[in-house]
Amino acid sequence: MVTIEIDGKPYQAEAGAMLIQVTDANGIDIPRFCYHKKLSLAASCRMCLVEVEKAPKPMPACATPVMDGMKVWTRSVKALAAQKAVMEFLLINHPLDCPICDQGGECELQDQAVGYGKDVSRYAEGKRVVFDKNVGPLIATEMTRCIHCTRCVRFSQEITGLQELGATGRGEHTIIGTFIEKNVASELSGNVIDLCPVGALTSKPFRFAARAWELQQRETIAPHDALGSNVDVHIRRNQVLRVVPRENEAINEVWIADRDRFSYEGLTALDRLTSPMIKKDGKWQATDWEKALAYAAEGLKEVVKKQGSQAFGALASPTATLEELYLLQKVGRGLGSANLDHRLRQVDFSDQDDAPLFPYLGQPIANLETCDTVLVIGSHLRKEQPLLNHRLRKAALRGANIIVINPVDYEFNYPVAHTLISSPATFVEDLAGLAKALWENPGTLVPTEMQKLLGTVSAKDNHKAIAQALRTGKRRAVLLGQLATAHPQFAVIRALAAVMAKLSGTSLGYLGEANNTSGAWLAGMLPHRGPAGLPLQTIGLDAHSMLTQGLKGYLLLGLEPELDSWNGAAALASLKKAEFVVSFSAYRTPTIDSYAKVILPIALFAETSGTYVNVEGRWQSFTGAVTPPGEARPAWKILRVLGNLLDLAGFEYMSSEEVREELRQQVGEKRPNNRLAWKIPSSLTTLAVKGLQRITEMPIYSTDALVRRASSLQKTVDATLANGIHIHPQLASQKNLSQGNSARVRQNGATLTLPVVMDERVPQESVLIYAGQLANLELGEWYGGVEVSAA
Amino acid sequence: MSTRMPKPNSFQLLSADSRAQIDHWIAKYPPDQKQSAVMAALMITQEANGGWLTTELMDAVADYLQMSPIAVYEVATFYSMYELKPVGKHKICVCTNLSCMLRGSEELVDHLQKKLGVDFGEITPDKKFSLKSVECLGACGGAPVVQIGKNYYENLTPAKVDEILAGLE
Repeated sequence: MVTIEIDGKPYQAEAGAMLIQVTDANGIDIPRFCYHKKLSLAASCRMCLVEVEKAPKPMPACATPVMDGMKVWTRSVKALAAQKAVMEFLLINHPLDCPICDQGGECELQDQAVGYGKDVSRYAEGKRVVFDKNVGPLIATEMTRCIHCTRCVRFSQEITGLQELGATGRGEHTIIGTFIEKNVASELSGNVIDLCPVGALTSKPFRFAARAWELQQRETIAPHDALGSNVDVHIRRNQVLRVVPRENEAINEVWIADRDRFSYEGLTALDRLTSPMIKKDGKWQATDWEKALAYAAEGLKEVVKKQGSQAFGALASPTATLEELYLLQKVGRGLGSANLDHRLRQVDFSDQDDAPLFPYLGQPIANLETCDTVLVIGSHLRKEQPLLNHRLRKAALRGANIIVINPVDYEFNYPVAHTLISSPATFVEDLAGLAKALWENPGTLVPTEMQKLLGTVSAKDNHKAIAQALRTGKRRAVLLGQLATAHPQFAVIRALAAVMAKLSGTSLGYLGEANNTSGAWLAGMLPHRGPAGLPLQTIGLDAHSMLTQGLKGYLLLGLEPELDSWNGAAALASLKKAEFVVSFSAYRTPTIDSYAKVILPIALFAETSGTYVNVEGRWQSFTGAVTPPGEARPAWKILRVLGNLLDLAGFEYMSSEEVREELRQQVGEKRPNNRLAWKIPSSLTTLAVKGLQRITEMPIYSTDALVRRASSLQKTVDATLANGIHIHPQLASQKNLSQGNSARVRQNGATLTLPVVMDERVPQESVLIYAGQLANLELGEWYGGVEVSAA
Repeated sequence: MSTRMPKPNSFQLLSADSRAQIDHWIAKYPPDQKQSAVMAALMITQEANGGWLTTELMDAVADYLQMSPIAVYEVATFYSMYELKPVGKHKICVCTNLSCMLRGSEELVDHLQKKLGVDFGEITPDKKFSLKSVECLGACGGAPVVQIGKNYYENLTPAKVDEILAGLE
């Protein structure tokens, strides 16, 4: 620590810290444009000039390290003169037309010009004009306003790792842009909107929708990724107009993913349902809540009475709140059914009794960046969990070894030490080889049955290399992603991952799925466990069985099962065959119309109070920021009334907090133990697949009903990429297929014609067909053999 | 389709000879700082392409040096010696900065523009000459200065310029 004097007062500071860090920490205001605490130093705007004793010229506070005994004046005559001069230079080329600029009212340049600028411009010459660039559907550009702080350039280089923006030209001719116009393809790109201190980069969907002073800010939690990023929603007249990050170092730092930032557009989608609907005598009619709920309760009672409680099941999206999920399982269990699930994207449930309390990351989110070695099994991490990926990126840039085992050669925005591409059929074989390679002197570390299974396995050279890497480093982790969870042999994958973690002494974690997957496990939205992981005597059907075997009655919460589940075609067929389906849905679609008898309009993100539990087990509660449109109501309130109408006990809650507290007491101090939560598999045989194997990934902008309706996100590169059948160029030429042509794709007896997309990431023995797309729906299962021929 | 940058294998656009010359420069820097050779690489590529760079060629350099294309564009647009549009056989760079201006560069510019019938940044119809305004060439002692190809010509007058141009093939 050193002692310095700022404006006549002494302060303690870390040696080596920059002056601006000390002033920021102590609430001393220094103007700046280019400095940002999460980015490297540019010291290019010169706005933060301050007077330093013995220095002949003013010094930039952002790039001046503190020294013991240093004396600094931030508002002396000399400092102020320097700051004012810099401001005048910055305004030379900047348009002085704030009233027509979208940033007006929340502009750093405008604010600081008020503080440091002159009231009249002395500059009478012509100003520079820069043509705007089209950088995609999310970011609007008005490059004439750019002051060349290069925050966006440094962001694209340092945070997204895909250097997309740059400063071309020189001096007065400098232009920030992508040089050749192209869509900015990062999943974090929206953060440049917050970073830009002027109106050069603004939000395209929000453009000219409101002025900053008309907006009210409400805190909430983002509804998509497993982190539960902290956000503020900005509302006006009961409408969410934009979403911005709220700083939380432990979770999202100062960033949010584009999915969390722009999904709010789905709140006002055209197919939003605003009144309860019932289907009577084959006709849909809008009705009031009383009639709709009575009709729903009656129908459900009827199914249970006639067909038995086991003919009824409830399915929920893991994006629902903890309170909703808890009440839904309470309704289901109250009706006598254990057919409850939220795991629609899973197919192998054989080890569910041994699964952890919830799919836990195995460590706090922030710790990921301190890891030295990380093995990622089955995850397109950049798109699944953009900000967890950012933590691993930080680790990798620090020198950590990141090892990836994936069915597709996904891009990572950091150096990956080892990549093993393994098709779904060979996935288990490769993991077993890895486990074997780690198994030098197992002793009692691995149960004997497991040792027997591994006995016949042989480790290849690449397995040995990865095993070697996995042993090095102090902090290490094995992480399972969504492509592992969705694999038909998930239980074996889990077991092998656990064995690897044990043999190499690493932690074991899950990368999570939705914003409240952990909450769904804790709430007991499961066929085999009650709230707080309570083991049960009678075990119900899992999601996959419910949707393939077919039930008589379903209750769906926030789902579009044809898009959300592992086998959408079978799910839709089962729902259509059912006698009575109640759908709690914010949207009305022709598909829901085709199978439901009742559609109850529910509140979405920002419209309801509730709680999400994130991948590290953190409970984050929030209140509603706006009221839901029309007659739509928070699902927890609907479930409460439904519980009462079904004459079930214990539905007398007055608030969502009461629901939460009831569950919290049951959970108490329980924490998951990933390392013990697995089951010895019966065999390590590989998946039998004939011909080409289908690989399926849920694309980033199709994960749930809300984001599927976020129109701007649907125009991004990532969304358009989800079309068609992705095939390696070499395999394509063998099959006489070329980019832009169509291919006939046959799976499980269904035949579809899909556009061909050349994709070098896909291995030769497989094709990649994305999930969550209506166009691919009929193909059914996410994995299995497909036949492909020219159409 | 892919967001991977630069386009893989685009370096093949560079001739074997160009690559050999670039390798000579890469060898001068530590192995993990290949991008230090970007200026030389662009110069070599430009000369092999008749004096100017296309976006594809800059992408090729980016791929060869494992840089992001935008970082190469930044360099190529910053320095005046790189051309992003075709140039004439002889590129005439006239310094219009302070010292040369005081010693009559404006007169030279007028003369050249009239004689060749082109403005700055343009090529004569026979593709023989192109005209460019540049900042200080670092030869103020001989102002006004013109650079043609790789040669400097100092203390110029319109008459001297005529003489020089007449002597060029």
